[in-house]
Amino acid sequence: MFLSNSWLSKVFTAITDWANEIYKSFYNALIPDRRYLFYLDGLKVTLLISLFAIIIGIVIGVLVAVLKVAATNYKMKWLSNVCNIYITVVRGTPLMVQLLIIYNLIFTSRNTNGLIVGAVCFGFNSGAYVAEIIRSGIESIDKGQLEAGRSLGFNYVSTMRLIILPQAIRNILPALGNEFITLIKETSVASVIAITDLTQAAQYIGSRTWDILPPLIIAALCYLVIVMGLSKLLSVFERRMAKSDRG
Amino acid sequence: MIEVKNLTKEFGDHLVLNGINETIHKGEKVVVIGPSGSGKSTFLRCLNLLEEPTDGKIWFEGNKITDKKVNINLIRQKMGMVFQQFNLFPHLTVLENITLAPTKLGIMTKEDAKAKAMELLDRIGLTEKARTYPNQLSGGQKQRIAIIRALAMNPAVMLFDEPTSALDPEMVGEVLELMATLADEGMTMVVVTHEMRFAKKVGTRVLFMDEGKIVEQNTPDEFFEYPKHPRLQEFLSKIL
Repeated sequence: MFLSNSWLSKVFTAITDWANEIYKSFYNALIPDRRYLFYLDGLKVTLLISLFAIIIGIVIGVLVAVLKVAATNYKMKWLSNVCNIYITVVRGTPLMVQLLIIYNLIFTSRNTNGLIVGAVCFGFNSGAYVAEIIRSGIESIDKGQLEAGRSLGFNYVSTMRLIILPQAIRNILPALGNEFITLIKETSVASVIAITDLTQAAQYIGSRTWDILPPLIIAALCYLVIVMGLSKLLSVFERRMAKSDRG
Repeated sequence: MIEVKNLTKEFGDHLVLNGINETIHKGEKVVVIGPSGSGKSTFLRCLNLLEEPTDGKIWFEGNKITDKKVNINLIRQKMGMVFQQFNLFPHLTVLENITLAPTKLGIMTKEDAKAKAMELLDRIGLTEKARTYPNQLSGGQKQRIAIIRALAMNPAVMLFDEPTSALDPEMVGEVLELMATLADEGMTMVVVTHEMRFAKKVGTRVLFMDEGKIVEQNTPDEFFEYPKHPRLQEFLSKIL
C-alpha cells in the first residue's frame, strides 16, 4: 500500500514536471520579447500571400480553362497547345524550384517585395491546377446548356459566364476547396525566398530559444485553424449553392 | 422568310445533309419527318447555325446568315429553339430562366421582362411555379417552360427539335396543345417530330427526309393519303 503510494507520487511528480517543462517551453516560444508578434506578422504574410495567390489562381484558371475549352470547340490547335504547355510545365516541376526560378530570374532586383513575388508565384502555380479543375467542371455540364444559351442569342463568353460557369463551379467546389487548402499549406515553402511567413517566423523563434519544437507546433496549429475555418466556410457555401438541387 | 440553298453537312466522311434546297415562308408550319439518321435534326440545327454547314447558303429575313460578317447572335434572337432535352438552366428559377435572355441581352428592362414572363407563365397555367427550380417540375412542365422561354424573346420563327421525344406519353398532349395554340396565333414554325397526328392537324406542309435529302413534300392531307416515293410509303406503312 505504502509502496504503491510512493510509486504513484513519483509518477505524479514526473508528470507535473513534464507538464511544467512543456508550459515553460511554450511560454518561451510565445511571450518573452513579445514573440507572439512574430507569429502574427508571419500569419499576416501567409494569409496575404494565400489570398492574392488564390485570386490570381482563379483568374488564370478560369481564363486558361475557358480558352482551352473554346480552343477545342473552335479548333484552334495553337491556343490549346499554349494552354497545355503552361499546365504541363507547372504541374511537372516542383513548386519550390518554380519559386526559386521566378525569384531569381524575373524578380532580380533586391528590393522587390517578397510578398508580391510569393503571391504571383503561388498564383501562377495554382492557376494550372485550378484550370484543370474548372475545365473538368465545364466539361461535366451537358452540351445542351451551351446550345440553349447560344440559341437564345448569347455569345460564347456570355453563355459561359451566365450559364455554364455557375453550374460548373457548383460541381467543382469540393475540388476547388481542396486546391485552396493545399495552396495555403504550400505557402510555407515561401521561406526559401526570404519571405517571413508563418513557418519562417516559427523557425526564427526556434533559433532564438534553442527549442525548435514548440514554435513549429504553434505554427502547425495556426495552419490547422485556418484550414478548418476555410473548410467550414466552403461547406456553408456548398450548401447554399445546392439549393436548386432540392426536389 | 428562311431560304436554304444547297445545304450540305458532313461529319468526317459521313454526309448527313446532301444539298438541301428549301424555302420556308412566313406563317408556315413546316413539319419534318423521317427515319432516325435521315438528317432532319441536323437540318433544323443548321437553320440557326447551331450546326455549322459544310457548304451551302441560308438566308433569314433577307440576311445571308451563312456569311461570316453577319452577327449570328442577333439573328438567333429572332429564332426561338426548343430542344428534345428541354435544356432549362437548372441553376436558375423558372422565372429567371425566362427573363435571363431578354434582360441580359438588353432587349427589355427587368420589370418588363418579368411582366412578360408572368404573362407567359399565366398562359400555360404555371404562374405558381415561377420561383421553383426546373428539377422540381415534370417533363411536360419543363418543355412548356422551355417553349415560353424562347417566346419571351419575341422570335419571328420557332424551331422545334423533337420536342416530345423525351417525354412520358401522358405529358406529350400538353406540349403539343401549346404548340398548336402557337400555330393558331400565326407563328412560323419548323417542327422535327415523330408525332404524325400533330403533323396532320397543325402542319401546313410536311417534309420527308431520307439519307440527307428531302425526298418528298406535300400538304398533310396529300402527304399521308397519297405518298408517292417508295421510301415514304415504306416509312408510313411501318409507323401508321
